[in-house]
This record gives sequence, structure tokens and C-alpha cells, in this order.
Amino acid sequence: MNAEPMTMTGAPVREVLLSVENVSLRFGGVKAITDVSFDIRKGEVRAIIGPNGAGKTSMLNCINGFYQPLEGQITFKGERRQKMRPHRAAAAGIARTFQNVALFKGMSTLDNIMTGRTLKMNCGFFWQMLRHGPAMTEEIEHRKVVEDIIDFLQIEHIRKLPVGKLPYGLQKRVELGRALAMEPELLLLDEPMAGMNLEEKEDMCRFILDVNQQFGTTIALIEHDMGVVMDLSDRVVVLEYGRKIADGTPAEVKADQKVIDAYLGVAH
Amino acid sequence: MSDVAARPAPNLLANGWVKAGLILAAILAAALIGARLDGSGTLHKIFIDPFQQMASAPDLLVQTIWEGLVSGVLYALIALGFVLIFKASGVFNFAQGIMVVFSALTLVGLYEMGVPAFLAVILTLGVMFVLAVAIERVVLRPLVNQPDIILFMATFGITYFLIGLGESVFGGNPKQMITEQLYLPKGAVDLKILGGFVSLQKIDIAAAIIASVMIAVLALFFQYTRIGRALRAVADSHKAALSVGISLNQIWVIVWFTAGIVALITGIMWGARSDVSFALEIVALKALPVLILGGFTSIPGAIIGGLIIGIGEKMGEFYWGPLIGGGIESWLAYFIALGFLLFRPQGLFGDKIIERI
Repeated sequence: MNAEPMTMTGAPVREVLLSVENVSLRFGGVKAITDVSFDIRKGEVRAIIGPNGAGKTSMLNCINGFYQPLEGQITFKGERRQKMRPHRAAAAGIARTFQNVALFKGMSTLDNIMTGRTLKMNCGFFWQMLRHGPAMTEEIEHRKVVEDIIDFLQIEHIRKLPVGKLPYGLQKRVELGRALAMEPELLLLDEPMAGMNLEEKEDMCRFILDVNQQFGTTIALIEHDMGVVMDLSDRVVVLEYGRKIADGTPAEVKADQKVIDAYLGVAH
Repeated sequence: MSDVAARPAPNLLANGWVKAGLILAAILAAALIGARLDGSGTLHKIFIDPFQQMASAPDLLVQTIWEGLVSGVLYALIALGFVLIFKASGVFNFAQGIMVVFSALTLVGLYEMGVPAFLAVILTLGVMFVLAVAIERVVLRPLVNQPDIILFMATFGITYFLIGLGESVFGGNPKQMITEQLYLPKGAVDLKILGGFVSLQKIDIAAAIIASVMIAVLALFFQYTRIGRALRAVADSHKAALSVGISLNQIWVIVWFTAGIVALITGIMWGARSDVSFALEIVALKALPVLILGGFTSIPGAIIGGLIIGIGEKMGEFYWGPLIGGGIESWLAYFIALGFLLFRPQGLFGDKIIERI
């Protein structure tokens, strides 16, 4: 009987997938992040919350290599790194979506999601020029994976449409599809439900939970809707003015006096 | 009653087409009135005589259009090089013209040093690849995230560097393109049509065919392969491309190399018609009006823009040029582009820039 060690609350303690240690980031004189440490464990849904300008998106940008932390380090899958280029992070298994959808507007839904397979395809330039033999086999094989993702996200009806013309909620779904096509180990979602109506939010919640449970993908998400955060996440980090003010289960965080002050303001 | 009066009248003049239509109508009306008052017959010479000439000698018209088509294809090829780089990296590559000269010069130079013709082509491609890698490493990578104008200025630097390098290695004298050694056809085909002769240079026919094939191959490559998809992705959004693991550095090398291949083919074709010298660079600037016409981000735009400019300037020179003593071929293209800027600044096929505020 080798049961996993348990925490006090009874949840299994899982292996750490990514750990952020004493990370600081500055833009000129503006301190975006100051000395923040936390970890993300394998298979969990980790939420990062905080008031506007707390440094949440900057944190994600550090994790996937868009920004280089000035101090501190980030360890992913046991590999410590000071500097990481975004495409190296993607190759290591980190996928992400953006706060203001960043899709390839001129391309169809299908092509957008196919770009997520870029790193999985490795057929040489020569065969691609000919579009024959191994290049063709590869294209078909990856197309199948993409079609499965399209089925999963229920966006069959917009497969061939250019994404620039789609409504916002669907664009967010396509962007999630593109990230899923990378078969990531860690999926970073930057406000996946921003600007959505209730129905779209419920759909998106379901997709996020399904991804987490069916594929076992670890998810880190930034979200403002507290109801969503409390329902979805296993653990929550709270940032304010670039500093970590709380870290724990949703229930713990909700009861934390500092968090309440940060959100509701405090009498001086 | 009052709310009807408060609504402003729709401003028809805001519509470009209405504006263009009004101006055309005004010109036409002026022409009709002018024709009556016109003592010296100047207006007759501008608006009526050229069309009578076209109708009376259709073979000459066909010949003129053909000549225009051929130079249009070459303009389109140069513009294509610009568009490729502009789409993928947002850099307006001023050096595209000199890349045409440099590649042609390298080819001829290598041949003169005793390298067999086809080996020289392969070696030249190698040189263009090394150039692409060098530009990415030395120029683009350190300047990433700088304002566009800085990258634009950097391509001026590349231009002068290539002129200097080309001159010091291969000398500054005009050279003869090695058409025969590359099995490009010589001579002309005479067609007997429309009651006259139309003479087509075989090299021009070859140029048109080769250019069409190359453009078709590029289009298919962009549409249906992984690298093509990655190129389009980079053109749309840098950060999204990075997030799915596309390496910008690799894409830039591929794009500059592709532009180098296009430059070499343009250089061979253009060199075969005149000779290979740095004067070609001036001709390459004609790509600018072509791009204004076609839009900076559209490959079909580059092709159609090239053809319009090519045909437009040949027709202008032949039929209207004599009125002011000729030589309008050198500036007519810019004149047409100016007209376009007034009415459709994004070009025929370019992306209209709409910003959310």
C-alpha cells in the first residue's frame, strides 16, 4: 500500500511541476513583481487572482518566457532556468492563451489550431515543398488530432471560417483549441472568461474542467470572476501590487483578512 | 419635426468612390466644353487622338501592352520580395532592390571566375542563404522590438553594405548576364495578328512563365505546409506565434532567404534584358508605387499592382508621352501611385487599418 502522502485537508500532495522562487520584475522604475514564490503541482488547477495591476499577467509572461525575471528563478519539470525564450518554453510543454485574444486573424479556425501542432511536426523543408510522402502522412495524422480537438470544443460549424470574423466568445474557444493542440503539460489561461456572457462562461468552465480531468493537464489561470475561481481551482495565489499576500485553498484564501482588505479596501 | 431637422445630412463626399466619380465627371465635362473652345486642339490630343491611334493600329497597341506586361512582371517580382519580408517581420526592406543586383552580380561574377553556370546558380543561392542568416543575426535580432523606422533605417545600412561588398568583390563595371549558359532562349517570335506584326522576345516569354510558376509555387507553399502556416502566423501576430512555439528567428531566416531566391530570379530575368549593374537599383524603386497600388501586405496585390504599373507606364509613354516631349515613363508610376494614395491609401488589396479606441 503506497498511498500518496496526504495534507491536513486530505488532498494528495502531488509532485511539483513548476516552482517560482523569489521572482522580481521591473519595468524601469515600476515594480511589476516583487519577490514572489509559489508552486504549481502536477494535475491541479491553480488560480492567480488579485486586483487590477497586481502583476498577474506579468507573472504568466515570466513563466512562458515573454519576460525574463530580473531576480529569482523558475523551475519547470525539475529544470531550473534563468533565461527562457518563448518558443523554448512552448517546446518544454507550456501553452497559453491571452487576455485579449491573440489569434491569427486571417487564417481559418482549422489553420489556427493546426499552428498549435507546429512543434509536433518535424518533416523537412524538402518534403514540404513537394507536399508528398512523409509530409503528407504527417499532415493527415496531425489534422486528425486537430479534428478531435474541434469536436471536443464543439466548434465544427466554424472550422473553415476566418477567425477574425467570429464573435469574441468563439474566438476565446479557438484560442483554447490552439493551446490544447500543443498537448501541453502546463496550460496558462489569462482571463479565459473575460467579456463572456453567463452561458459562454459555463461552457468555458466545463471545457477547463474536462481538459484538467480527461487529459490530466495542469492548469494555471487568471480570473476575476470569484465564483468561477472558487469552483474551478484547487489552490489560489493572491497578488497585490506585485507581492504575494495569500496562498492556499479557495476556502482559506476567502477567509484571509489581507485578501478581504485588498478587494474591499481598508479603513485608514 | 425638430428631430428630423437635427439629423445631419449624410456626407456623400466622405465616400471615396463618390469623390472619384465627381472628379471624373468634372474632368469629362471640362473636356467636352473645352473641346468646343479648344483652338489649338490640345484637349483633342489628350482625350481623343490617343484612342483613335489605338483603334487604327491594334497591333501596335498589343505590342505596347505586351512590353508593359513584361516589365510589369519584373516589377511584380521585386514587389513580391518586399511583401514577403514586410508581412513576416513588419520591416520595409529598402535593400530588396540591391539584393536583386547583388545576387545577379554574384552569379555572373562566379561564372567569370570559371565556375560552371549551374553550379554558380547553386553557389549564389548558398550566398543568399548566408546573407539571410547574417542579416537575421547581425541586424534583426539585436533590433527586435525597436520602432519600425529604426529597422527601416537598418535596411539602408544593408543596402550600402551590399553595394560596397558587391563592388569590391566583383568590380563596378556593368556585366553581361549569362543567358545562353543557363539555356534561356534568345531571339524573338513574330506573330501576325490584327493586320500587323507583334514581336515577342523569347526571353520575355520565359520570364513571364518562370515568374508565374514561381508565384504559384510560393502560394501553394504558404497555403498548405507547416512552414507556410508558420509564416502566415508570424505575419498575423508575433506573440501568438511565439506562444505556440514558432521561432521568430528561424522564420526570419526563411523569409529573407525566400526573398533572396526571388531576388536572384528577378536579377537573372532583368539582367538578360539589359545588363547587370548597380543602375538596376533605381528600377527596383519602382516597386514602391507598385506596393502603394497593391497594398503592402498582399501577394496578389503585388502582382496585379506590378502589371498595372508596367502596362500603364508603357501606354502612357507611347500614346501620351510625345505631347510633352516624352520621358514620362520614369515618373508616371509615381504619379499613378499618388492618385491611389488620395482615394485608397491601403491599396487595392491591402488591409484597411481599423483601430479600436
